[in-house]
Amino acid sequence: MNGFQNLLTGICAAALLMACAQAPMKPTLGDELVVVLPGAGGKIGGVVVRRNDTEQVLDTPFAASRIASEGKPESVSLTPEQVHNIFSATVAALPGRPATFMLYFLEGKDELTQASNAELANVLDEIKRRPEPDLLVTGHADNVGSDGFNDKLSLARAERMRDLLKSRGIAPERIQVAGRGNRELLVNTGKGVAEERNRRVEISVR
Amino acid sequence: MGRNWVLAVCAVCFATTATSSEVGHIKVAKGAAVIQRGIDKIPAVAGMKIFAADVISTGADGAVGVTFLDNSLISTGPNSVFAIDQYIFDSTTHVGKFEGTLKKGTLAAISGKMVTQVPESMRIRTPSSIMGVRGTEFLVKVDEVPALLGR
Repeated sequence: MNGFQNLLTGICAAALLMACAQAPMKPTLGDELVVVLPGAGGKIGGVVVRRNDTEQVLDTPFAASRIASEGKPESVSLTPEQVHNIFSATVAALPGRPATFMLYFLEGKDELTQASNAELANVLDEIKRRPEPDLLVTGHADNVGSDGFNDKLSLARAERMRDLLKSRGIAPERIQVAGRGNRELLVNTGKGVAEERNRRVEISVR
Repeated sequence: MGRNWVLAVCAVCFATTATSSEVGHIKVAKGAAVIQRGIDKIPAVAGMKIFAADVISTGADGAVGVTFLDNSLISTGPNSVFAIDQYIFDSTTHVGKFEGTLKKGTLAAISGKMVTQVPESMRIRTPSSIMGVRGTEFLVKVDEVPALLGR
């Protein structure tokens, strides 16, 4: 009986060794940290941190969650200085925030108003300030006409803007165009209402 | 049998190259930093296009900043690995999906137009968690696991 027990122990030990050799220990996780910053626009929608069954909402400036290698996420309080010390090199590498310009069009046309022709100079200045600029040009329409018509008109405005920028020396491959139709009215009007401020092109220089 | 398998793999390769188009641009590149694209490792430089499925890796002095199509911004600090798992953005409807994984190191992120349109359409994974982004600027750090025994 003793011999049998020894044999069993031997088999178990061998099995254990094999398990060790073939399947390495389940890797443990490193510590993790999530911090929400005060947004540039002052509004914070927040971040929801989900792990297994736990859910934590971080939606105030410098709200932070530490997730230790084992266990649940915990709220931690960090000073702005502590956050800076940990993340300064990372934050320093963030690209410049996109600069947004609004240019306006004459009713039912893809021609700029006089004031917006002048604003174009500011757009060109901003492009010059950026090391590797690329642009998103988004056309918008007001609530006059069908949705399909407004999709086409808003895209035509964006394309017109791209041509204008091209004629001022901006490489077209740096410009992306889109038409938002009447999905994003700056001034909320009913159907069929002509509104100058909705007939616009938004240019993101980034 | 072996040949069929090779053909299937090739079909997948072609399918991915055919559908890929840029999803953003590198605006900042410092120190040792590479973009892993499939089997290629390309040194990161400012102005370079970024594609869905690219993986950004940085060395001890490296950092990379990327601006995406919807104006989302991200940067990775030193000793970091960040994978872009999925990126889709419809510039007409502003509906999109941005999924990324910070495998190690640090990440700074500022959400863009797709999150304004649909909260949590941007999600960042870490080894332990998933972060749903409702519109904000935030930072993430993943410590490297201490070396396992015998390594």
